[in-house]
This record gives sequence, C-alpha cells and structure tokens, in this order.
Amino acid sequence: MTSILFIVFLPLVAAIVAGFANKSFGATLPKVVTTGALFVSCALSWPVFIGFLAGSSEATVTPVLHFMTSGTFDVSWALRVDALTAVMLVVITSVSALVHLYSWGYMSEEPDQPRFFAYLSLFTFAMLMLVTADNLIQMFFGWEGVGLASYLLIGFWFRKPSANAAAIKAFVVNRVGDLGFMLGIFGTYLVFDTVSIPAILAAAPTMGGSTIGFLWFRADTMTVICLLLFVGAMGKSAQLGLHTWLPDAMEGPTPVSALIHAATMVTAGVFMVCRLSPMFEMSPTAMGFITFIGAATCLFAATVGTTQTDIKRVIAYSTCSQLGYMFFAAGVGAYGAAMFHLFTHAFFKALLFLGAGSVIHAMHHEQDMRYYGGLRKAIPVTFWAMLLGTLAITGVGIYGIGGFAGYHSKDAIIEVAWAGGAPVASMVGVFAALLTSFYSWRLMFLTFWGEPRWAASEHIQHALHDAHGHDAHDDHAHAHDGQAHDGHAHGHDDHADEAHHGVAAQEDAGHAPHVDARGFNDMPKGTGGYHPHESPLVMLIPLILLSVGAVAAGFVFHGFFIDPESAGGFWKGALFFNEHLMHEMHEVPLFVKLSATVVMLTGLLIAWAAYIRSPSFPAKFADTFQPIYQFLLRKWYFDELYNFLFVRPAFAIGRVLWHRGDEGTIDRFGPNGSAWVVQLGSRVAGRLQTGYVYTYAFVMLIGLTAAITWAIAG
Amino acid sequence: MSFPILSLMLAIPAVAAVACLFLSASAARWTALAATLIDLALGVVLWTSFDVGGAQWQFVEYAPVFGRFAWALGIDGYALLLIALSVFLMPICIGASWQAIEKRVPEYMAAFLLTEVLMIGTFAAQDLFLFYIFFEAGLIPMFLIIGIWGGVNRIYASYKFFLYTLLGSLLMFIAMLYMSITAGTTSIPVLLNYDFPPQVQTWLWLAFFASFAVKMPMWPVHTWLPDAHVQAPTAGSVILAGVLLKLGGYGFLRFSLPMFPEASASLVWLVFGLSAVAVIYTSLVALVQSDMKKLIAYSSVAHMAIVTIGLFAFNAQGIEGAMMVMLGHGLVSGALFLCVGVIYDRLHTREISRYGGLAINMPRYAILFLLFTMASIGLPGTSNFVGELLSLMGTYKVSTTIALLCTTGIILGAAYMLYLYRRVVWGEITSEEVRAMPDLSARELWLLVPIAAAVLWMGVYPESFLAPMRKDTQILLARIERARPAGDSRPTKGTGIVPAAHAETPATGHEAPGSAH
Repeated sequence: MTSILFIVFLPLVAAIVAGFANKSFGATLPKVVTTGALFVSCALSWPVFIGFLAGSSEATVTPVLHFMTSGTFDVSWALRVDALTAVMLVVITSVSALVHLYSWGYMSEEPDQPRFFAYLSLFTFAMLMLVTADNLIQMFFGWEGVGLASYLLIGFWFRKPSANAAAIKAFVVNRVGDLGFMLGIFGTYLVFDTVSIPAILAAAPTMGGSTIGFLWFRADTMTVICLLLFVGAMGKSAQLGLHTWLPDAMEGPTPVSALIHAATMVTAGVFMVCRLSPMFEMSPTAMGFITFIGAATCLFAATVGTTQTDIKRVIAYSTCSQLGYMFFAAGVGAYGAAMFHLFTHAFFKALLFLGAGSVIHAMHHEQDMRYYGGLRKAIPVTFWAMLLGTLAITGVGIYGIGGFAGYHSKDAIIEVAWAGGAPVASMVGVFAALLTSFYSWRLMFLTFWGEPRWAASEHIQHALHDAHGHDAHDDHAHAHDGQAHDGHAHGHDDHADEAHHGVAAQEDAGHAPHVDARGFNDMPKGTGGYHPHESPLVMLIPLILLSVGAVAAGFVFHGFFIDPESAGGFWKGALFFNEHLMHEMHEVPLFVKLSATVVMLTGLLIAWAAYIRSPSFPAKFADTFQPIYQFLLRKWYFDELYNFLFVRPAFAIGRVLWHRGDEGTIDRFGPNGSAWVVQLGSRVAGRLQTGYVYTYAFVMLIGLTAAITWAIAG
Repeated sequence: MSFPILSLMLAIPAVAAVACLFLSASAARWTALAATLIDLALGVVLWTSFDVGGAQWQFVEYAPVFGRFAWALGIDGYALLLIALSVFLMPICIGASWQAIEKRVPEYMAAFLLTEVLMIGTFAAQDLFLFYIFFEAGLIPMFLIIGIWGGVNRIYASYKFFLYTLLGSLLMFIAMLYMSITAGTTSIPVLLNYDFPPQVQTWLWLAFFASFAVKMPMWPVHTWLPDAHVQAPTAGSVILAGVLLKLGGYGFLRFSLPMFPEASASLVWLVFGLSAVAVIYTSLVALVQSDMKKLIAYSSVAHMAIVTIGLFAFNAQGIEGAMMVMLGHGLVSGALFLCVGVIYDRLHTREISRYGGLAINMPRYAILFLLFTMASIGLPGTSNFVGELLSLMGTYKVSTTIALLCTTGIILGAAYMLYLYRRVVWGEITSEEVRAMPDLSARELWLLVPIAAAVLWMGVYPESFLAPMRKDTQILLARIERARPAGDSRPTKGTGIVPAAHAETPATGHEAPGSAH
C-alpha cells in the first residue's frame, strides 16, 4: 500500500511548498499545488474505500519511521489502513479537496492566500495522520496537529481581536480535553505496557474485573482509562462542558468552518471512540457516560441553535448537536451507526457551511440572518444546494422506501438507542430532531423566503455607500471583513486584560446578540438597492458535488455501515460491530421508527407557521418567555460561568502569587532579607566590600581552592 | 589513552578567552566565533565517535595532579548530550551578541568562552572536586555577564543570583568533603557504586539538594531566575536557560539518584510536591507577566519541574523524558530568549504591551516565534513533546495525582504562551516605531533556523537522542531498582468477566480486535 503514503504526505509537501513559496511567487502557485495535491489524495482515497466496500481489501500497516524507544515504551510512525480508516480517508480528502477548490473563489480577495492554503493542507495532513494512526501516540500527534491548524485558521484574520480570542480559546479548551487524553494514554501504557492500538484492543477483553488506583480511589481499570480518553474526545468533538470553543471558532473563514469545524476535525472524538471500541465495550460505566454526554449535548446544542441569529452559529450549534447523536450511538454500542452518521453528516454539514459561505459572500459579509430574506431568486444555485442540505439534515424520507442522507443515519441512531436499552436517549434524540428540523427550516425561511431585509445591514450599507456596488470594490472586501467586521460590537482593545483571554472570548466572538435585540420582523424591509450575486463556479461546483453526497450517501451506503447481515463484512473488525444489536434495531416499535419523521414534519410546520405565516410571532414568543429566551440566546450562560470560575480566578491568583508569594514572601524573607544581613556584615568587614558583587565570587573561589587543597592533602 | 578530545574542547575556548583580552573588539568577536565553531565541530566528532551501547565511560582521560585530586575526564551518554547542547548553543550566543554588545567586547567574549570551558568541564568531570570547581566557577562569568553587561537593575539581580547559589554550594561542598573522606576516593565512577548508609544518605542528599534545587531552579528558591533573565543580555539569557539550568538536573542524575538511592526514594514526596506546586504556581504567575523575559523565565521554572518529577520517577520513561525535556527546553527557551532579543534590539523594551501586529511587518519572525511557542507548549512533532510525554508517563507510574497536577501544565502553558504570542505577534500594529521594525536579518536567521531544525528533528526522530543514553539509563535503573517506590496504580489482573451490558454479544465482537492485525 504505497498509495497511502501519497495520500497522507502529499498534503504535507504541498503545505510546505505553499508556506515557503509565500508572496514572492504570487498566490497561484500555492493554490495550484495545495489543491492539486488534495485532488490527487482524494483520487487515491476512493479506490481504497471501494476496495473495502467490495470486501476485497484487508487491513494493512505501512511502516514509515521509527519514532522512539524508552524502556518498554516503543513507538513507530506507521500508517494503518482498515475499513474505519478508509471511511475517514474519503471523508477527509473529499471534503478537503472541495474546500480547497471553493476557497479559490471565497478567498479570492484575500491578500494572504498562500498562508491560508498552506494551513488548510497542513490541517489535512494532520487529520490524515490521526486517522491512520496505529498507536495512541501518533493519534495524539494528529490530534494536536489538527488543533494547531484549527488555531491558526480560526486566527487567520489575526488583526481581529475576536478572531485572536477565539483561536486561543479553541486551543486552550481543547487542551483541557487533551489532559484527559494524555492521562488516558499513560494509564493505557501502565496497564497494557504498550501503546500499539491492535495490541491494546487484543488485550482489552481480558481486563474485565481488573481494578486500578487513581488519585485517592480505586476503580475498575477500563472505566478509569476509557473515561480519561473520552475526556479527550469531548474536547475535540465539542461535547457539553468542553463545547464552548466551537461556536466561537466561527471566527475563522467559512471554508475552514466547513472542513474543520463540521466535517472532519470535530468528528475525531467519535472516530477515537470507534477506533478503541473494544476497550470501551469493557466498561458499561464509561459507555453510560458517553451516552449521557452525547444525548445531553445533542439536546443542549439544539436548543441553543433555535435562537441564534448568526447563520454560521446556527450551523455550528447544529454540528455540536449532531456530534451528540454520534456519541450516544457509540455509547449504546452502535459504532457502525455512529460512523455512518459521521459519514453522511460530513457531506451535508459541509454543504450547509459552504452554502452559508456562499450566502455570506453574496450578502457582502453580512452573517446575521435578520438582515437576509428573499434570497431564493437572487442566488438560486446556493438556494437549491442548501435546500438539499436541509432535507438531508432534517432527515426527510419515506418509511420503507428511503430518503436523504440524514433519514438513514439519524433515524438509525434513534432506533438503535431504543434497541440498545437507552430509551431516554432515544427520546431525547427525537426531541432534538424536532428542534433540528425547526432551526434548520428557520434558517432557510429567514434566509431565502420572505421579503428582503437587507437595507439595514451595515455591511450592505457599506457596500452601497462606499463601493457603489459589490463588484467594483471586491478587492478590499475580505480584508475589511477581517478587521472592521466586529468593530461596532465592542470597542475595547488590547488592554492586556483577562477580558480578552481564552475562555473570556465570548464578548468578542462573532456577532454578539445584544448588539441589536430587534427581531427579524422589526427590521426595515427592502433591498436598499443592493443586488446579491450568485457565487462563481469554483464555489458552486463543490456545492453541487456535496449535494450529491447529501442526497445519496444515506441509501447508497447504509448497507455497508449498519446492516446486520453485510456490515460485518465491511468493517472486518475495524470497530466493534454488534450484529445482535443491529438486528434488534429493526425490531423496535413502529412509533419509534416513525417518530423521527413525524417530528421532522412538525418542526417544519412550526418553522413555517412562525417565520412565513405569522412573522410577528417569534418576537412575541420571545417577549413572553423572556427568561427562557435569554437563557438560550446566551447559550445556557456557559461562557459567563467559565469566565467567572476559571479565567478570572486564574489571573487573580497569578497576580496574588506573584506579588504576595514571590515578592512579598520568598524575596522578602529570602534574598532581600539575607542581603541586608550580608550588607551589615560587610560594612563591619569594611574595605572588603567594593560594591561589585563578583568580588564575592572570587573570594568564594579562593576559599574553595584552599579548602580543597586542605582536603586532598589531608 | 586515546586522543584527549575532551581536554582539547576545554583548551580551545580557554586559550581563545585569554587571547580575546588582548584583541580589539572586532577581532575578539571573530576569535570567539571561531573558537566556539571549532568546539562545535569537535562536539560533532565526539558524538559521531561515541560508541552507542559501548562502554559506560568513554573518552576517559586521567592525570593525577596531587594527592587524590586528578584531572579526570570522561563522558557517558547523558554528558555527551549535554555537552552537545552546550557547544551547539555557544556559537549562537556569540552571534546574538555580535551587534547588541558594544561595551567592553573583548572581556564579554572572554567571559562567554570561559563559560563554555566551565560548562563542558562540569559535564565531563570524573573527579568530585574537579566537578565542584567547574560547577561553581561557572557562576563567575555569569555574574560578570549580568553585572557588567546587564540591564538597569543588574547589581540587584546578580546579587540575588549569587546569594541563592552560595548557600547551596557551601552545603554541597561540605557533603563532598565528607564523601571523599568516608569513601576514600574522589572518583565519581567509583562513588556511583559506593553505598552510603541510608541515614547518612539523607543528609548528603539534602546537602546536594540545596545546591541543585537552586540551580534547577525549584520552587520556592526560583525567584533569582526571573530577575537574572530580565537583567541579563540576550546571549546571557540563552546560556542561562539553555545550559546553566541543566546543571541542577544533571546533578540529580549524576549524584543524588545513583549515590543516594534510598534517600532519593524516601524523599520523592518532597521533589514531587515542590514540582507540582511549581508547575501550577509559576504557570499562573507567568500568565500575568507584562515583561516578555519574565514570562519566559517563569515558564522555565514550570518546565524544569517536569524534569525533576521525571528524574525521581525511578523508571526509564521518567529519566529519559527528563533528559529530553532538558535538551528540548535548552533549545526552545534559548530560542525564545533570542526571539525576545531580536525585537528588544529594535525597540529596546521588553514590555509586551509596546508590541503588536508583528505578523504584518515581520512574517518570518512570526513563523519562527510560532514554532518555538508551539514547541514550548509541547506540541507533538517538536522536541518538548517527547520529553514531557515520557516524563509525565513515567511519573504516572509512581503517582497519578502528581501526574495529573503536572499535566495541567499543558493547559496553563498553552494559555500563557498563546496569550503572549497573541499580544506580540497578532493584532494591529501598535505604533509607528513598531511599524518601522524590519524583519529578521540574515544573521538572525542563522541563529534561529538551526535551533528550529534541531527542535523538529528531536520531535520527529527523537531516537537519535534517546539511543546514546539508553545504556546509561539501564545502568542507573539497575542501581536504584532496590529503592524504587511502588506506584499508586497497582492494577490487578483481569478476572475475565465480561461486563454485563454486552454479555450476550455474539462472536463477531470477540474477533474484532484480533483480525485487525
């Protein structure tokens, strides 16, 4: 399998070339090199995947380089390819290639394109290293590598304070998860004496009943290790508690959101749980916890998604919620279903993000849906693409026949959760599906239906007054987006204060909802004379291709991923495939099977009623239930809470330790105190004190030499 | 006896140091550069001709001086790596001082060359008192560098530096006298296998600890370091962070552990406790610094705590990880101080708030600074990750609590370093002076790029650095095995009982992991 070497390392080479070529070569060379490399990687990945679909491929490991040996700890760089990896390969390389292409159009006004494309390719390389890892250390390398790329891309517009804060927040919050991941690796090595994934998975089934000491208590070994590892997954996959970075990550350019914060990186946690599924199978406690966190995130994010007005934030919360589905599928032991949803979600969520990017592009960087409306006719291709994406995410389909991607994968999760003994999670999933349908259609209706509400948008006004039309002054549009975009929301700049740091980024990030509290229906109607343009072809082609995935990925592939008869032959042990559970899934009561479709229609109906039929209703509703509305709008106050609990105390304690600890105690009674004694002594000694400290040193040396002479001679 | 390459490596900078005193400023610069480059070349020869996995002590030289005192040199893998680090950083220090130092250049260059002699001597010494002389005399040129070429508060800083180290070294000296008299030898290789009674060990251990803890520096005797760094010229900081901070760790590795294994084991709690406090305490302090050098100095204390926990983990991962952290930190913190020096040379301030937006007019600087920032926070693929991973992994085997507390360093480290990077490199340009700052010159690239290459090499193929010390670690572990503390994990064997939830799982589940080979 030499093709895997090309699949993985071509993006790295391209990133290096693009990074070093930089501005002196112009933007074209880096763009061609990186995009070309990704299309080659993608073209090589599909045959690998098809080989597994056909059942003709076996798992392989391609050694690359020895990494390190310390005692019994022995690690090598190697590329593992099995069915699970193959799924990830096509997801990563396909979405990445399309996002590269899309960025030709979306980033065309950006002066710093080589850097952007280099980061994108670097990200792809790190992600590929993650999914091809044959040991936990290489997985961690990829894990942190994608974190670096994510940090760099969120902070791509580095002049913008909100982007800076969001980048740091993403990295630091992920590091909290990584703390768990690292301790999990340590525990795994301690117990199994290896970090090789196949060796661990082979040994895991013998670990039932084993206990281990951790901190002050003893507990079931596999439970401790799996929970620690899962904390890592929670960070990367933005699960409840460690999710706060993901919405803020929308500060990055939209293609980045599509690739990293929807289709690939954030699914790494799901991938990790599936990859290590035989370990997790050994701990019902850990599985229960995963189910709980997954369901809770699924519900939480969906509720928040219903109130956000920034189009990217709605999709971001949607992503968070969909990841919750994947986790509770994994939590009940249906790893195949989790991977299936990961697979379909990658296509329709990337589609939705890129579609949103196309809308934002057309609307001169306005991201607030309250200033949209009636865009259906103006940008028809984007409209149709997003419509297909919405049909896919809401799970439109007909029972017994088939439907869009989400119909197959999400409904399977709801059913398998019921069958797997988690009816509560299943019903939470159903309720979240209702919310999903509602916020997705809300997004569609606010954006594409109704009357235009463009006139009041500052971005649109800027386009009209400053530039006399969109096309004439394209050149500064994106750079402008990078800097002034959020200037109106908050004037405070770098006062080297904690308010700007890490988790405190909430105030800075994106469109703060308190800027303008009016409902969409209160916005002045009218186009203001603005004419949105459909995006260029390089942006539309990815939309069209991803639409195909959103429509077809479900019914084409469900047999391979979750079918109890045939899926075992596809996975071939790459993950723990529970045939029995998948059989039971088909025997759940009919109301469970139909509930997802019913709530999908209900959500559509509510959204239609609220945003098309009586557009004054949402504002009235929000007024009536103000506390609930505020609670959701402020995202359950997580950012405020974390600020209060962690960020401010960290700075305050740091200051106290510095001034009271180091200066007030250690120095005062240590060197400063003794310095005073020494000065007193030397004043008595008189002439010896010359004022230069180094005389002491010579005195010391002389005394020392004398002492040594005495010691040795004696 | 083979060719005395170690003596030659000592003699070349020593002769050059004397020569510098009689030369003009520019001639002194070139002399110093030439001498350090020759030593670097000799260092390469030393490494390539080092027989990995061969005899424990290689390149041994022995010449009696008088009494028991002898000119005894020789290196093992640990010493080899630390000597390599010293000779690698030295030409970079000379280069960093090329334009920044204008006052009393010959003396300055002589002081640096003298430092190099003493550093190499410390790592190569095989005689107790020879070691002591090199070890303590190493302070003298550092006093001079800070006291003469330092910043405004240089006298206070060098005073503090001196006071801290003096007390520790006196206690260590007394312990050494006792050891040489009791054991009847001053030969380090002999003493490594001499068993002192456990109660005596404790006193000796504490005496050495007083010296090494200050050198590390460990909390709470760390407060000299931020002041020394802030006042020292750039190259002084590089050598201080890069090599002098490694003396403490080397001391623990060479003396405390193998000579006093029982005492080391019984005092593990002290080392672990102080280290865990240091990681959290100094990281939080680093978070609120407004002076770049102080921030990096505090981060050094946190990183050195990872070294001490690894050393006292009593296993291969811990000890080798500690060595890797020492090497990685030597490169990375040295590079970070150079990065500070680069912009200090342009704007003459270390105040973070005076900078901003350097990515706009100094893109090359931004990339290199990013690399070193990421290395400092232990990103995989860089040198520090390997060290931190191994060291913390080793620690976990002894104490999960300490491992957890110290691993929080990866969160706090990311917070303060990225916060620094954001304020200095990202954002808008803060003033016209900053806008006028030119990007890295060729000379500055020559200083930083080799370190960057070494950092990535250590991160991607650390085997090159782990291999030379593997045998030494085995020998050391064999020596201290008898005192090794039991860990708190103590996993029990599995009973083979499959957990209830999926007990009815069909056969496909069981073959799952196996067939993936």
